[in-house]
Amino acid sequence: MKPAPFDYYAPRDLGEALDVLAEAGEHGKVLAGGQSLIPLLNMRLAAPERLVDINRIASLEPFEVTPDGVRIGALARHSQVERSEGIAAVQPLLRQALRLVAHPVIRNRGTVVGSLVHADPAAELPAVLALLGGSVRLARAGGVRDVPAGEFFTGPLESALEPGELAVSAHFPRLPERTGSSFVEVARRHGDYALAGVAAVVTVDDDLRVSEARVVCVGVGPVPLTADVSGWCERRPASTVDWAAVARAVQDRTEPEADIHATAEYRRHLVGVLAVRALTEAARHAL
Amino acid sequence: MTTRLFGERVQRKEDPRLLTGQGRFLDDLGPDALAVAFVRSPHAHARILDIDVSAALDVEGLVAVYTWEDLPGLVAEPLPLLIPHPALTHGRTAYPLAREVVRHVGEPVVMVVAEDRYLAEDACALIRVDYELLKPVVGIEEAVHSAALVHEDVPGNVGARLVQEVPSRSGQSAREVIESAPHTLAFRLDIERSASSPLEGRGVHARWDGTDLRVHSSTQTSTSVRMAIAAKLGLPLPHVEVIAPDVGGGFGVKIVHPWPEEILVPWAAMLLDRELKWTEDRREHFISSAHERGQVQFVRVGFDDDGHVLGLEVTILHDHGAYTPYGIIVPIITSTQLLGPYKIGSYRVEFSSIYTNTVQVTPYRGAGRPQGVFCMERTMDKIAAHLGKDRTEVRAANFIQPSEFPYDQGMIFQDGRPLIYDSGDYPAMLAKLKELIGWDSFVPRKGLGIGIGCYVEGTGVGPYEGGHVQVTSDGRVHVSTGLTSQGQGHETVFAQIAATELGVPIERISVVTGDTRRFGYAVGTFASRAAVVSGNAIALACRKVREKALRIAAEALEADPADLEISDGLVHVAGAPGASIPLSTVAVLSNPLRYSFDAETARAGQFAGGASFDRPPVAEGEEPGLEGRDYYSPLRSTFAAGMHAAIVETDPDTAEIRILRYAVVHDCGRLINPMIVEGQIHGGVAQGVGGALYERMAYDSHGQLLNASFMDFLMPYATEIPRIETDHLETPSPLNPLGIKGAGEAGVIPVAAVIAGAVEDAEGLPIDRMPISPSELFHLRSGG
Repeated sequence: MKPAPFDYYAPRDLGEALDVLAEAGEHGKVLAGGQSLIPLLNMRLAAPERLVDINRIASLEPFEVTPDGVRIGALARHSQVERSEGIAAVQPLLRQALRLVAHPVIRNRGTVVGSLVHADPAAELPAVLALLGGSVRLARAGGVRDVPAGEFFTGPLESALEPGELAVSAHFPRLPERTGSSFVEVARRHGDYALAGVAAVVTVDDDLRVSEARVVCVGVGPVPLTADVSGWCERRPASTVDWAAVARAVQDRTEPEADIHATAEYRRHLVGVLAVRALTEAARHAL
Repeated sequence: MTTRLFGERVQRKEDPRLLTGQGRFLDDLGPDALAVAFVRSPHAHARILDIDVSAALDVEGLVAVYTWEDLPGLVAEPLPLLIPHPALTHGRTAYPLAREVVRHVGEPVVMVVAEDRYLAEDACALIRVDYELLKPVVGIEEAVHSAALVHEDVPGNVGARLVQEVPSRSGQSAREVIESAPHTLAFRLDIERSASSPLEGRGVHARWDGTDLRVHSSTQTSTSVRMAIAAKLGLPLPHVEVIAPDVGGGFGVKIVHPWPEEILVPWAAMLLDRELKWTEDRREHFISSAHERGQVQFVRVGFDDDGHVLGLEVTILHDHGAYTPYGIIVPIITSTQLLGPYKIGSYRVEFSSIYTNTVQVTPYRGAGRPQGVFCMERTMDKIAAHLGKDRTEVRAANFIQPSEFPYDQGMIFQDGRPLIYDSGDYPAMLAKLKELIGWDSFVPRKGLGIGIGCYVEGTGVGPYEGGHVQVTSDGRVHVSTGLTSQGQGHETVFAQIAATELGVPIERISVVTGDTRRFGYAVGTFASRAAVVSGNAIALACRKVREKALRIAAEALEADPADLEISDGLVHVAGAPGASIPLSTVAVLSNPLRYSFDAETARAGQFAGGASFDRPPVAEGEEPGLEGRDYYSPLRSTFAAGMHAAIVETDPDTAEIRILRYAVVHDCGRLINPMIVEGQIHGGVAQGVGGALYERMAYDSHGQLLNASFMDFLMPYATEIPRIETDHLETPSPLNPLGIKGAGEAGVIPVAAVIAGAVEDAEGLPIDRMPISPSELFHLRSGG
């Protein structure tokens, strides 16, 4: 379990990093928190020729609360984001999700943006970005583009990131007024990737009727599966919405697969159970 | 200060070292050694057609590449079959490097030596092995019915078949008894594979100086590794040293020896005249070491209205993997320890050891017992359910009573000696457990269940261990024993024994284990035997030292040895504290000197006076020095016992299973250190929870292990382990001087049975397979 040989770069500013990545093209790989990449390297499942360690680039560290949400730099660690009261105040779903991400020691190193770029369909953060309609900012030598979540995740472990690009930050929109959120999942062990998980965001109007409800499912499709279930809620008061019927509609959209830990049928069943739990809790938080 | 430390909760002496990074594990040794890596088979069953190493030769830093063709003499022979048995008619072991055929994914094919491990793995990646694929044999029942053979010359893939029968008192066979019993049940049980999974994998470091070979191995038996290396490499035994450094857990897998690497690394070190090291990585450990547990059991039981078991017949298919280096110890233990604390009217057990194209099966903590206990305890629960009786009542009806010890089960145990229980009090233990968990006040409801499991564990098997104890002239006591340590706390408990026997403060006592330079005769650490066998040997050696010390001190103090006591390192006349002599001085006097080097040793100089001119300085029958060596060889195993109970909650929607409470009552005879015993139990229960709810070896039909990493092999985290409530019972063993029984494996043994019983109670569904996952419980609920 030792990686194949690679050239190691540790640029000190963004420009230098982008130059190295441009030159490396498809042979380059970015090292941030390393919580997924290092095992892949050690098991020789990945063998990039050039490894670009961005940990010394100070400009990638900050995260900030903006008028419309939260912008998180490429080097912000899970634990920093999880503990930020400022972030929790404008977008509580991040903290709700991060508490389900692995274990504290992993969260101390792993980065939010790194998790997005890794694009594991069972991971929490891609689901949060997809549910909230956030975006990822990609920089390359000579240009920057913002890619919305809906276009960013293209398949299991696949994203819109192109060779030569570096994900410099991600933007998570603020939670609207009278809106609640929730993230629930079932994992085999505390901190494992979920067998299935559901996050929900529910908004109520001035009469406390559900005006908008959206969910995202993890672990049951090639990418985070989002669904707008507002219509199913029929603008009823949250307490009278038939959440089970809503959950069935969500279930029908999933495409779970079996693996050694759970059958597809069980995963589909979990989506139903978890959708009810997530929607109910989000609606409660919205009131 | 008291030195009577036997039975005290003494803090572990080894922990400051181990917890502050001061431990020296195998990979900490030889930083400049050449590194070894292996090309291992990617196929479960294949014939090797060609090995092309040419591309690897360009790797800078490559030192050597070896295949089976390069191995000389005995090194090229199959590895030893360590424990032959007449029933093991088709025992097979692997070659150190595969010869012609590979029989499981992970079997070593090519050995690479390079300047460092990175380069060695680079070279491995460039070596091309052409294989002709053969049909893999995977799964126990598939192996029984398959026309494909793991070994061409082993028909039906059956390595061994053994039947043991214990007829009823009236001489009827179990089958006859079951036929005529008032009630009968028949069912099938399935137990999955798991593995020891120590934190530290295996590893070997070897250094050759032209005359002497020094080998470090992360092993549970350095003395036996030493003998195997000497024999394989044709070296005189006195020129081979084997040392087990700090070892990061063993749990059984490291009692297997010699591993291919334990022969190949020393062999290549000698050939290359270079220091060599191989450190196993996690993937290698999963696919190249050993697994355990996998069995299918077919059970028939006959019983009366009170739940007395009149006859029991168990037929076991035991998955032995590709090879049988450790013989059939695991299924023998399953079939004998299955009986637990019970008097079974008549018993027939038959097992077949089946070869499959998977990693070999050798003992893992519990060593066949978890399967046996699963069988017996599921049987007890099914009898109770059939009769509508409380589960503890049925168990109590079958208990061996305290007055019936020693109790002969009429079988032959894993040590080749009779299965005779030495002591125990099972009714008292059950009463304690029911109290601890609140059995009688528990109110069951849907989704909340309680379970119980009882076991008896044969511990402290022979043939022997030894101890050496030396008091040096600084008053320090140096204890050594040949068996090895993997974190159990031997440095503490052996020091407690020595402190108690010799009357010396524990701070002045040091313990060395597993170093053949210090102690050459030993068997090893396994079968919950270290405290029993080495502990008693060390006590006996201490008693020799004590006797000698009193003799020398008596002469110096002009007293009768019978009037002397030792406390706090001082020999004194009982009742006359003024008349005393330190053990350090006794040590000086024990060794008549011509040359002195300090004031203390000057007291033993030849002109110091006081010597008798009528006898030589070292009297006939005496030896210089204050030291003693003794051995303890048990007549039979001692039989510890335990009973566990758990309360579990199942989620009505997600089918998740949560252990709310876990209670243990445990009897390992006299406790040397209750804190260490409890720690052993906690760790064992944690491993048991793994086997009950999480761990399996997920082989696909091609023989690929799909979960060969800690990401997908679900060893429970601390977050999955409940608080464990423990109580002790002490029924001393009459078989050994200290009255102790083993405790190392205890915690793991009944856990799967306990959890199965509790889930069954919560769900009202039969739980006959372990482990059970939420996904499986979900499907059981929906009837499929």
